[in-house]
Order: sequence, then C-alpha cells, then structure tokens
Amino acid sequence: MAELKLPVSEEAIRELKVGDFVELTGRMITGRDAAHKWLMEDVREEVVPFMKDTVIYHCGPVIAQNDDGSYDFVAAGPTTSIREEPYQADVIGRYGLRGVIGKGGMAGRTLKGLAEHGAVYLHAIGGAAQVLARAIPSVERVFMLDEFGVPEALWVIQVDKFPVVVSMDSHGNSLHDEVEAGSKRKLEELIGL
Amino acid sequence: MAANGNVETFVELIRRASTQLPADVVNALEQGKAREEESGLAGKALGTILDNVELARDTSAPICQDTGTPVVWFHHPVGVSTRALAADFQEAVRQATERRYLRPNAVDTLTGRNTGTGAGRGIPFLHFEEWDEPRIEVRMLLKGGGSENVGAQYRLPDTPLKAGRDLEGVRRVVLDAVFQAQGKGCAPGVLGVCIGGDRVSAFETSKKQLLRPIVDTNPIPELAELEERLLSEGNQLGVGPMGFGGKTTLLAVKIGVLDRLPACYFVTVTYMCWADRKASVSIDEGGEVTWLS
Repeated sequence: MAELKLPVSEEAIRELKVGDFVELTGRMITGRDAAHKWLMEDVREEVVPFMKDTVIYHCGPVIAQNDDGSYDFVAAGPTTSIREEPYQADVIGRYGLRGVIGKGGMAGRTLKGLAEHGAVYLHAIGGAAQVLARAIPSVERVFMLDEFGVPEALWVIQVDKFPVVVSMDSHGNSLHDEVEAGSKRKLEELIGL
Repeated sequence: MAANGNVETFVELIRRASTQLPADVVNALEQGKAREEESGLAGKALGTILDNVELARDTSAPICQDTGTPVVWFHHPVGVSTRALAADFQEAVRQATERRYLRPNAVDTLTGRNTGTGAGRGIPFLHFEEWDEPRIEVRMLLKGGGSENVGAQYRLPDTPLKAGRDLEGVRRVVLDAVFQAQGKGCAPGVLGVCIGGDRVSAFETSKKQLLRPIVDTNPIPELAELEERLLSEGNQLGVGPMGFGGKTTLLAVKIGVLDRLPACYFVTVTYMCWADRKASVSIDEGGEVTWLS
C-alpha cells in the first residue's frame, strides 16, 4: 500500500492509477452538499489555505466536543459523492485541490476536471465510520458550523494512514465506468434487451 | 402507561441498532467475504466493513456516521396511548442524539438549517398498530440516506425494460434497480420490494420487508422463488461491494405484496445498505423489557 503525505504535488498525484490502495497522512478538509454550493457562490478566501494541494472529504461526521472546546470525530465515513457532480470540477480548479474522497464515484465532468487539474478521486469504504474515524486523530478547526450544522460544516482535520482506493485517476480512467459497463452487459443478457 | 416510561428503553433500542449489526447480517457479510478474493478490492472492502462492525460494537459507537431515519413499527394493546409512545420516542431520539448514538440528522428543508436535535418534521417516522396481545412490541430500522437515494418505484408496464404486469416484469425492473444503484447505496445491499399498493403504502411495505431475517422463506411460494432468483441474478451483475466489482452485490431480497387498483401496478424497491441496522424490543404489561434482536 502506497503512503501519500498531504499536501501533495501534482506530479505524485499523476502517478496514481485506478485500483491503487493508498494511505493518506496529513491535513485535509471535509465538505459536502452545502459546502460545495457555498464554495462556488464566491471565492472563499478563508478556506483557500486549507484546500490547496490537499483533498476534500465528502463526509458528514458525528462530532464530540471536549471540555476544552476542541472537537473529536466520533464516526466519519464517506457520503455519496455524485451529488457534488455539478460543482466538483470547478471546486477542484478554483481551490487547487489534488483530490476528492467519497463513495460511489463521480461522472464525466469530474473525470475531465481530474485530468485537467491533476487530481484523483479516492474511494473510502462507505459505512466504515469507526475504522475511518480512528484514522482522524485531530480536528484543527471548523468553518460554517453555525450556518450549516455538524454534518455539513467544513472541518479541517489531520489524518493518519487514512485508507482509500483510487477509483478515478488523472488520466481519464474510472473504475466506476468499467464496473457499470460490465454490469450493463450482464443486465441486458439477463433480461434479454 | 406513565408518560416518559419508555424513554430509556427506546434510547437503548436506538443504541443497539446504531452500534450493533444483527448477527444474520454479519453472517451474510462473512459469507460474501469468503466468496471474494482476499487481496482484491471486493475482499478488502468486505474486510474493512467487518472490522468496522466489530469496532462499533466494542466501542458502542455508530457503525455509520449517517445514523439514518428511525423508521419504527409499534404494536400495542387496546388502551395504550399512541401519543404517549410517540412523545417517548421523540424524546429518546433527542437523548440518543445527545449521547451520539445518532447524528443530528434532521435538516429543515426550507431553511437548510439542521434542527440539531435529531428530530424534525417526519423524523422519526412512526407507525402504530393495535393488536390483541397485552404487550407492546417495537421494531425499528435506522434507514440511511445514501441507500434511500437509490430506492426506486416502477410503474408497469415499463416499455424500455420490456416489463409487463406479471412476476417476470417485476424481475426485470428489480434487476434494473440493482444495476442503477451500482455501489452508490453502499453495496452489498438488502432489497425490500413491494409489488402492488399505491405510492405511499408500497414504500412502507417495501421497508417493512427489511425487518425479516436475512435468511427466511417467503410464505408465498412464487415470491420465495423470485426472491432466490433475484438474489442470484443481482449478484451476477458484478457490481460488488462498494461498486468495486465482485460477486457480492446483494445480501438478500425480500418481497411483499399489496393489492392494487386496476389502473396501477407499482413495483417499489427500497435499498438498504450493508449497514442493515435494526433492533426490536418487547415491553410487557408490567414494564418488563425483553430484547428481541
């Protein structure tokens, strides 16, 4: 399994291929539905330093707040990524992201954006909220918590050996397209279309 | 029955469902893992899933951060106040959210604001039915949103799928639903299907199918046969765990049936993710609690 330190260079990202297992260590940010809409409504200067050359994680965590005011991620698996399809390629371009972590894969516009900007789509195991929360030792800060609530806020987190699979690379390849094409052939065979 | 008499029991019901995957579901996941190549993407995905299930149980923490909508069926004797039961359950959702067995999971649809309490309009979703027994039985699903998004309702006949108004038509559209879902509902999933009914009753009945054990036999022989065939054919699609490709796309298919209007023939599919979270409890007249699962 390859280890990848965040922030990461475009060159290192371009080396990744569909099917690679990768463990991520370093700083990343979470963001899902409300965050993607917000990120594209304007240039949100305050989050730029936390997005450039790192990855955004499609995740709405369960959070615990400690007595000293700090936060812990209690449960933190990926959410379905396809909802961000209208925004993702532009968010990658505008904020200089090197990757996206989520589940279920994304579509053509994002795949094109990954190739254009030098980024990858990384698939985490959906529902594995405890395994993944263990790989998130600390929370640095949070944006838009009051406005969006816990699941939708943008959490800046430190991860340690966070396990993912490259399912869309920066060379136009998508595991999701392959699996879908194979299952379509089988479906047509089974129902005689 | 005293007001707030059941809050603690309901919090525990939620804790069990959120943190302990039922044994029948775990068995099905283990069988899936045994079928897949260990070092491949599918085998590794199932390995992580099973590690996660164990970790959640050991630490009493949510299996998945999307703790879902509590969908609850109450059976109660004559004379029990359903309003008191509902109030107790609402309070239990708030307390379970505070204790982080649930994520604050209710969003005001108009303002976009999270209610923060876990409860909201329509959440939790409660059904009440009176019965002849003297005890109360509560059966609950925690239904996640990602898998809810890949549910589907077909109206037969469906020309593109060449699906007519018969069980062969049902087979065709259900397989299409599995194909359309790919890995997006957190495969391997459990399908709850309803044939017939209207657009409301059918979704409820499809969800109710999910309360059945993973391994059982439908009392209606032609549905039992269809369930088995759909499980096998659904797995042949090769979507696999998480949509990574593989032999394990479905863990079970459960089909219920309702009568229909002459004009309507709905086939309704609820997709439940591998984190098929459910729990049930029985409360007798004296308040004695028995955990059913």
